[in-house]
Amino acid sequence: MLGTAGVMRSVIARDLTLAWRRKADVFVAVLFFVIVASLFPLGIGPEPQLLRAIGPGVVWVAALLASMLALSRLFAADYADGTLEQMLLAATPLSIIVIAKVIAHWIAANIPLVLIGPLLGLQFGLPGDALAVLALALALGTPSLSLIGAIGAALTLGLRGGGVLLALLVLPLYAPVLILGSLAVEATAAGLAAQPYLLLLAAMSLAALSLAPWAIAAALRISHE
Amino acid sequence: MLEVFGLGCSRGERVLFRGVSFKLEARGLLHVAGANGSGKTSLLRILCGLGAADAGEVRWRGEPIRALRESYWRELVYMGHANALKDDLSATENLLLACALAGRAATPAAAAPALDAFGLAACAHLPVRALSQGQKRRATLARLALSMQAPLWILDEPLAALDVAAVRYLEDVLLAYADGGGSVIFTTHQDAAIGSRVPQRVDLDAAAC
Repeated sequence: MLGTAGVMRSVIARDLTLAWRRKADVFVAVLFFVIVASLFPLGIGPEPQLLRAIGPGVVWVAALLASMLALSRLFAADYADGTLEQMLLAATPLSIIVIAKVIAHWIAANIPLVLIGPLLGLQFGLPGDALAVLALALALGTPSLSLIGAIGAALTLGLRGGGVLLALLVLPLYAPVLILGSLAVEATAAGLAAQPYLLLLAAMSLAALSLAPWAIAAALRISHE
Repeated sequence: MLEVFGLGCSRGERVLFRGVSFKLEARGLLHVAGANGSGKTSLLRILCGLGAADAGEVRWRGEPIRALRESYWRELVYMGHANALKDDLSATENLLLACALAGRAATPAAAAPALDAFGLAACAHLPVRALSQGQKRRATLARLALSMQAPLWILDEPLAALDVAAVRYLEDVLLAYADGGGSVIFTTHQDAAIGSRVPQRVDLDAAAC
């Protein structure tokens, strides 16, 4: 018999292997992140004061959009080829398998954003400590984006035009993460403490981790009935 | 083992079947027959707990499967129309993952004979994308060779896309499994006799309204 941890390990390893063999998908989302964040300085012009003020918000909005772009892939391929059915009938509770899938998705789709975010912050002239906080805020905030987004991805599974519906469902729910994330960076840039915002981001991710898997599992079951 | 009482299923306005009841004991083979669109796949999905029935109940060892959930699924092997294979993974990797989901630890060393038995030894390391339709089906079925101890198999069109030799081999596997105490429910449009045994039969055309 294979324990819960063993099943989670297999699913994470499988999804990461698949992501590695389809690197283009990851690359597209990262490139999208870079391009969206770079369009703002081009459109607004070289005013350091203004760029520094909008920088945190712009990088966060671009990260939200890039994170959402990858979401539609989360269950769609497994749904199409029948693997998802096997997950619904697995010996391990579906919510556990779902946690493993979201972890793998977060590693493949969101860690690149965490690493590249500070580089994009540079072109808005953000100071060094603000860049470090930006990376930290992205690392603490993106798990809740993946978890909340996965509920939307599961609900829109198999629907025509699901992609647009997914955006409409999920983006409003991303608002608290966006607000706290950019506030953390702005506070640092203004010389204030970012800790409260970072703690709130971490708390939201933990709350999402404890509640979202059940919602995702229920939504997946509904999509198969 | 598996008892089905008065199952009914409809798609929108159209009633697919009504009042389907049967009992399947250990060592039993059950052939679900019916024309295209008569609801064979819907019935199998209800039997594994993926789909919801309009009426009736499915019981496993006397308990409704809705209540059993994971403890029922642990004993069940379901193969649907879709092959449940990842195109970018090899047949071996796919097989190991299928075993992991079923809660059984399997090693590449255990997977090799199963794939070998289904004639995939030469292409076990290739991405499934490179295999033909029949080879993909064989890669899916190889899971059966590692699931002999699961008491119930539900197979949707297991013979589709297989060549004559593979069909004969699969029949041998099904017979050996049933003789070893397992129960099989399957659909097929081909000749329903499995080797020397004539399976129990549920005809959905007769249950249609």
